[in-house]
Amino acid sequence: MTSQLSADYKVDHFQKKATVVGLVGAAVFLFAAVAPYIFATDVTSAWIKLFYLISLATTWNLLAGYAGMVSVGQQAYIGLGAYGIFVFNDMGLDPYSSVLVASVAVGIIAFPISYVAFRLRGGYFAIGTWVIAEATRQIVIRFDSLGSGRGRSITTYTEDAIYRNLFTYWVALAIMGLAIVATFYLLRSRLGVALQSIRDNEVAAKSMGIKVSQTKRIVFVVAAMGAAAAGGIICLQGLGVASPNTIFGVNYSAFMIFMVLIGGIGTIEGPIIGAIIYFLMDYYFSQMGLWYMVVLGVLAILIMLFLPRGVWGEISHRFNFKVFPVGHQVQPLFPGIKLKKK
Amino acid sequence: MSNALEIKGIAKSYASLRVLEEVTFTVPAGQAIGIVGPNGAGKSTLLSVISGTEKASAGTVLINGRDVTSVGSEDRTRMGIGRTFQIPRPFTNLTVFENALSGATFGAGLKRKAAEDKALEALEIAEMMQYANTPAGQLPLLARKRLELARALATNPSILLLDEIAGGLTEAECDSLVQTISQLRDSGITIVWIEHVVQALTAVVSRLVCLASGTLIADGDPKTVMQSPEVLEVYLGGGIK
Repeated sequence: MTSQLSADYKVDHFQKKATVVGLVGAAVFLFAAVAPYIFATDVTSAWIKLFYLISLATTWNLLAGYAGMVSVGQQAYIGLGAYGIFVFNDMGLDPYSSVLVASVAVGIIAFPISYVAFRLRGGYFAIGTWVIAEATRQIVIRFDSLGSGRGRSITTYTEDAIYRNLFTYWVALAIMGLAIVATFYLLRSRLGVALQSIRDNEVAAKSMGIKVSQTKRIVFVVAAMGAAAAGGIICLQGLGVASPNTIFGVNYSAFMIFMVLIGGIGTIEGPIIGAIIYFLMDYYFSQMGLWYMVVLGVLAILIMLFLPRGVWGEISHRFNFKVFPVGHQVQPLFPGIKLKKK
Repeated sequence: MSNALEIKGIAKSYASLRVLEEVTFTVPAGQAIGIVGPNGAGKSTLLSVISGTEKASAGTVLINGRDVTSVGSEDRTRMGIGRTFQIPRPFTNLTVFENALSGATFGAGLKRKAAEDKALEALEIAEMMQYANTPAGQLPLLARKRLELARALATNPSILLLDEIAGGLTEAECDSLVQTISQLRDSGITIVWIEHVVQALTAVVSRLVCLASGTLIADGDPKTVMQSPEVLEVYLGGGIK
């Protein structure tokens, strides 16, 4: 049974829009790269936090929003990424390159961990990842060379605070850019269709011939590398790790979930919006202490109740608009053929 | 004619509950067979064992002469087994086209343009083209059943396993479905179809297999099977003793 359908329809991949988005994105990236020459150091220093928050939210969204793996244990990789800087810095590598090398090393560590984590499903997977994070913290604090349970400072670092901030800023920007671009291209590839199929129904995805475990493993490792890179930035900005309890703290997972849910899970734009909202709240209200956490909680509850798709999810749904074009649209080539609208 | 499918002594248990027991039959390549039986007979479980969604507790499954008993469902799909689910399992956040594209890309192993053409072809055969850009989660139930068929066809199957896809259709829709499946059979696809709408089934298949309480109780041409005392007893009263 064959047909000449390709002559009647075309499949739009939104290639033109993707090119425009790529060009605009490149311009924004270039502007951000030269921003330290325009803005004061305290401004760009604050932006470093925004960049790693966006990286964290983007990679957690890839994991949970696109692959359906709700992890509350990404702090394991944040911590390992941070501590990896000490390891590679002690081996003679500069701290900035150490961020990237540690990220790759954490990806290698995450690979066997995925075999343990994937034996669990749903809520058990979430709790399991948390347990893995706790176990990782317990292992790391056994090493005297990593400061035991006391935390540690980076030993070989750029002396000049301005240059230190500048280099950290650029590394953070590059990692954020890489996280967004990688997610965008991944979702436009065949892996993107596989991931979303798995998220929506794992059994049916297998029946479509999708290698479910293999696909999930790729995302698990990529998300771990993203979290590790963000952890490296946190370490660079703090000139070290103040306390293993903080860097391996479940708070990071809570904040990632918060950013992704309020921004819009399962969209590329949502985690970016969520990270900006969280960053602004943190920047202006964190001095409120405990009340700040209450406000965050109330905001999360209100958004879940009244905007369950998240801020961007709601905008995208209402106006049928996406900044990052992913997916496909079938278009009839003849006016007589009509397709139902979404 | 070689056998597309060989089921040998298949048994399936969930803890102490035996759902299938010593089920054995073969399906020659290009043949369409129907599986009937009352609710709870083990029909859908048998289909899941054939497709690899469920592992058999005992017995072997051969596809085109190759033992696939220990092969996972994703690899069986790539080997040419396409299936639909009795309760539709759409990828709700993907469009109908992307649902089919998933099967064409991974099941059929096609590259971008070829996969898109295959997905479009599958949607047209399943009469789902009008919904191509609709998120699958927004489809009504009957369209979801059609989507199941489209997705299975997109995997380019040589053996198609259908699980109650005619349930709930109007007479006209059922006739259209019968015509579609007859065309698939005539194109050389081996079909194993579970269905309660016996008129639809017998319009397509040349052979019926009847299961009751997990056991195969009849296998033969549709008329003989439907009139056999064992099948009449199962459907009209008494049950299996």
